[in-house]
Amino acid sequence: MHSSSSVDKKGSEIFEMDSQRTLYPYVTGTSVIGIKYKDGILIAADMGGSYGSTLRYKSVERMKPVGKHSLLGASGEISDFQEILRYLDELILYDNMWDDGNSLGPKEVHNYLNRLMYNRRNKFNPLWNSLVLGGVKNGQKYLGMVSIIGIHFEDNHVATGFGNHLARPILRDEWREDMSYEEGVKLLEKCMLVLLYRDRSAINKLQIAKITEDGVSISPSYALKTFWKFSAFQNPAKGAEGSW
Amino acid sequence: MLLQKGVQPPSFRKTGTTIVGLVFQDGVILGADTRATEGPIVCDKNCEKIHYMAPNIYCCGAGTAADTEAVTDMVSSQLQLHRYATGRESRVVTALTLLKSHLFSYQGHVSAALVLGGVDITGPHLHTIYPHGSTDTLPFATMGSGSLAAMAMFESKYREGLTRDEGIKLVCEAICSGIFNDLGSGSNVDVCVITKGRTEYLRNHQLPNPRTYVSSKGYSFAKGQTEVLSTKTTPLKEKVEVIEGDAMEE
Repeated sequence: MHSSSSVDKKGSEIFEMDSQRTLYPYVTGTSVIGIKYKDGILIAADMGGSYGSTLRYKSVERMKPVGKHSLLGASGEISDFQEILRYLDELILYDNMWDDGNSLGPKEVHNYLNRLMYNRRNKFNPLWNSLVLGGVKNGQKYLGMVSIIGIHFEDNHVATGFGNHLARPILRDEWREDMSYEEGVKLLEKCMLVLLYRDRSAINKLQIAKITEDGVSISPSYALKTFWKFSAFQNPAKGAEGSW
Repeated sequence: MLLQKGVQPPSFRKTGTTIVGLVFQDGVILGADTRATEGPIVCDKNCEKIHYMAPNIYCCGAGTAADTEAVTDMVSSQLQLHRYATGRESRVVTALTLLKSHLFSYQGHVSAALVLGGVDITGPHLHTIYPHGSTDTLPFATMGSGSLAAMAMFESKYREGLTRDEGIKLVCEAICSGIFNDLGSGSNVDVCVITKGRTEYLRNHQLPNPRTYVSSKGYSFAKGQTEVLSTKTTPLKEKVEVIEGDAMEE
């Protein structure tokens, strides 16, 4: 990261330069997980927007449909996500104006997002997000990811943020080709539960989005059941009174 | 001054690691991977991370290898002396208190993160100890760089009252998750099962990373395979003649 601790005559100039670029995120969303299943793509994200260590917003929709065929999920700075949605709105609008019967599919949107993120990174002014893009067009399923610096790839299962460390091991172990909808949802919920237990910025209010050939649908928000009744938690100092 | 010239200080031998422990119905099972790293290099492909503390207490160590070895050795000796003094089997909380007070007094400079488990007269116990000296008592625990990958396995699959085989299977799954998803962990799985009156140390219980391409014919170096450019023979001859009775005369 560019450090800007200059104390010379150029000081004020550098200060002005710094106000032109993103240095750190303010309101952030945590992980997004996506998997391919038999009929298309399933993506899950919780609805929390953290302001540093405070859980400030509890109804942030971090997944939005893009065009007819795709869905975008984002973690990281929420305002940058909203900016990306505006860019994509414009992209889809121009595509519709061609009125040529073709519509932008997930592969094309993924490429656009990759160019967007990479070019911003080259100017040292990144959009502080990790994006998950999933979609189905003409029967072809597509699930890809773009990181803050423009690293992009396509895979059968992707995750952002903490999901990389906690959810991907589970997905690598248990994901199979052609899972049914119920199996896919169960696998995503398993990962989201581990994230809920172990990621401090996760909240127990999540949505799961389904993209198939027929279109995009995002479920209403719901909560997962947690379990806290392990006997070791009941009286940890059982063996030695007064210790902890 | 040397740093300015670009010389890098030697990196410590760390056990960038996955270590786990869980409580099952008869006792405690500890697990560890076997890779020791020095920066980006694997310096030991099959090291032992489950250390002996007492016949009924074992301790897995992550962090700087020298620190984990030294601190567990030291407390192990202290426990033995204590056993002689009291005439009783060591308790896990004793090891816990000795370890945590030592680590606290060094304010985190002894970089040892430990998973301590054992079965004593009061029952099975599992604790984690952090380098600064704080401890937790848990039904299942993971530490090290691969702890998140291993914890993902535990959080999704652990339940109370596991049998011995289920427990070993879950521990192996968690360590394998660390081995394959974390770069700091690798090689083999060590497991230690501690129950009342009996401890089994299963060294290299699983070897999920065998050498795949070993030449089955072996390597032969026949005479004539290497071209000889020149030959020079120097016969060895005795330099010293020892004559009987010629030693130093008093």
